[in-house]
Amino acid sequence: MTWVNAVVHGILLGGYYALLATGLSLMFGVMRIINLAHGSLALVGAYMTFLVAEHADVSTYVALVPVLAGALLIGYALQRTMLERSLRSGELVPLLATFGLLIVIANVLQRAFSPDVRSLSAGSIGTASWRLTSSLTISWFDVLVLGIAIVVLVGLQLLLVHTQAGRELRATAADPDTAELLGVNSRAVYARAAAIAVATAALAGVFYAMRSNFDPSAGPTQLIYAFEAVIIGGIGSLWGTLVGGIVLGVAQTVGAQIDVQYFALAGHLVFLAVLTFRAIAQAGAFRSFGKVVA
Amino acid sequence: MTALAPRPTSAPVRVERWTPLSGVFTAALVVLVVVLAFAPRLFGQGTLDNLVELYFLVILAIMWNALAGYGGLVSIGQQAFIGIGAYAVVFLSVQHSLNPYLAMLLATLIGAGISIPIAGVVLWLRGGAFAIGTWVVAEIFAILVSLDASLGGGTGTSAVLAFNLRYTPEQRLRNTYWFALAAAAASLVILFLLLRSRLGAALQAIRDDEEAAASVGVRVLFGKGVLFVLAGAGCTAAGAIILAWQLSILPLGPDSVFGVNWTAKMIFMVLVGGLGTFEGPIVGAIVLYLLETYTATPLGVWYLVMLGSIAIGVALFAPKGIWGTVQERFGIQLLPVGYRLRRRA
Repeated sequence: MTWVNAVVHGILLGGYYALLATGLSLMFGVMRIINLAHGSLALVGAYMTFLVAEHADVSTYVALVPVLAGALLIGYALQRTMLERSLRSGELVPLLATFGLLIVIANVLQRAFSPDVRSLSAGSIGTASWRLTSSLTISWFDVLVLGIAIVVLVGLQLLLVHTQAGRELRATAADPDTAELLGVNSRAVYARAAAIAVATAALAGVFYAMRSNFDPSAGPTQLIYAFEAVIIGGIGSLWGTLVGGIVLGVAQTVGAQIDVQYFALAGHLVFLAVLTFRAIAQAGAFRSFGKVVA
Repeated sequence: MTALAPRPTSAPVRVERWTPLSGVFTAALVVLVVVLAFAPRLFGQGTLDNLVELYFLVILAIMWNALAGYGGLVSIGQQAFIGIGAYAVVFLSVQHSLNPYLAMLLATLIGAGISIPIAGVVLWLRGGAFAIGTWVVAEIFAILVSLDASLGGGTGTSAVLAFNLRYTPEQRLRNTYWFALAAAAASLVILFLLLRSRLGAALQAIRDDEEAAASVGVRVLFGKGVLFVLAGAGCTAAGAIILAWQLSILPLGPDSVFGVNWTAKMIFMVLVGGLGTFEGPIVGAIVLYLLETYTATPLGVWYLVMLGSIAIGVALFAPKGIWGTVQERFGIQLLPVGYRLRRRA
């Protein structure tokens, strides 16, 4: 039963990873940028919520509202200032610039909030759980996060398919130049995508901070998990991201069931196994392609 | 007809590699390395200690530039090799009582060996996927090392005993200095010869346009593989030197030997010096060395904020870096790895 418990928790944890990975996947899909500061921006969301909740003396859920609005603005401004410029200078510059941002954010947070470990209160839902059997309990909070991840994914899907903004987004992702010719302002589309991406990152960051302790150096780890979810699920598919998140979550919780220290390692190894498998498949495809040509 | 078609030899341009200036400069550099080899007789211990740091920064910078500037590969995982180098020396010299300097040499070979299977997995990735893929590899090595109790586990380890058993602290510093100088000089020579070779021309073609290079028959994956293994060996050597330099090491955290701050420093050096130029990373290493020596302690946490901000600024507003700008403005090349067309007088 402990194994069933581990798998169930892994699936629920996958909801969090899907939420965290959504923005990363969206920005890559639309702008072809892998935002290396994604995990750090999630952490900024957590710290902003901490500040609002502390100073306005409200619950974490209430504090989320102004923080999400702020995150939309941050994403918009980030695209308009830094990323837009970096996109013009080739493939490497966005990577280098967002990596610089990751280093800056981690150290500014450390300066502003000290390296101390903190946590956000999840309220009464944080401790409530269903006890199904003696060894299988499901926490309400985990179910809430998975539910919100699915709501965000469905919402994005509806936005992309059924709204004018969504159509513009897909058109720009497919071919920015042609979209421009048809009257789409690709700069505005990019800024909107970045705003949504940073807001979902901040939302995920707040859930992360409610789930476990956090400190200013946590950003890179969250970026890596988000990226692993995207790659395992297949780049460019929102629902693939959910599948990838769940596979990563299950790998981690099952690894932790073997030994607590294997939590992150098991996820990394599954990610590497998927990569290796793809590499072999790709090499095989190249070889058979060579035969066809010859 | 023959009168109309000019013979190739009478073309108004000639291909130039060496210039008198670059010849003089390269010779001066060789003399400088020879002079620096006598530094232990000339300078005090503090200066030697500082120079060791400069040398391993030079190695890290030129290796990261080899990947990003010539292969188009932005690695965030080269700290994997720094950590492997440091821990391989601990493994060989502390646990198996090998001479620590022999261990440092062997560690470099081990790093080169380990980089081959890693290359097989990560080189299929491109752009940001390669960046994070290499980072995951570094994390895996960091976790594996931290789980190994015989290597000190998560609390780190020290190689003081292995060195002190054979050398006085003065001898250790002197030997480490020579090892670091030799490693930096060898790295520069190997990369210089590699880039001037036929493969080097292929690599610079990959840098400029991967698809176009592949379409004219450049073996892109092979070229990138050579760079990856070279950079792996170079960063492992740097890691071995870092161990001999700081003696105590940690496996986890941004400041550890497996820490991502090393990548921050590599990116800073290469961007500031000039991405994709041969001389630039050396300039960048000197800049970082000066900043690290004079501003790291007073600035504290702000030091890394400053490095990150400068890197962002250079990437966005001056992507050619210091050396790239100098090269463009004055048209000079001190260590020529490319070909240039000159109009005949």
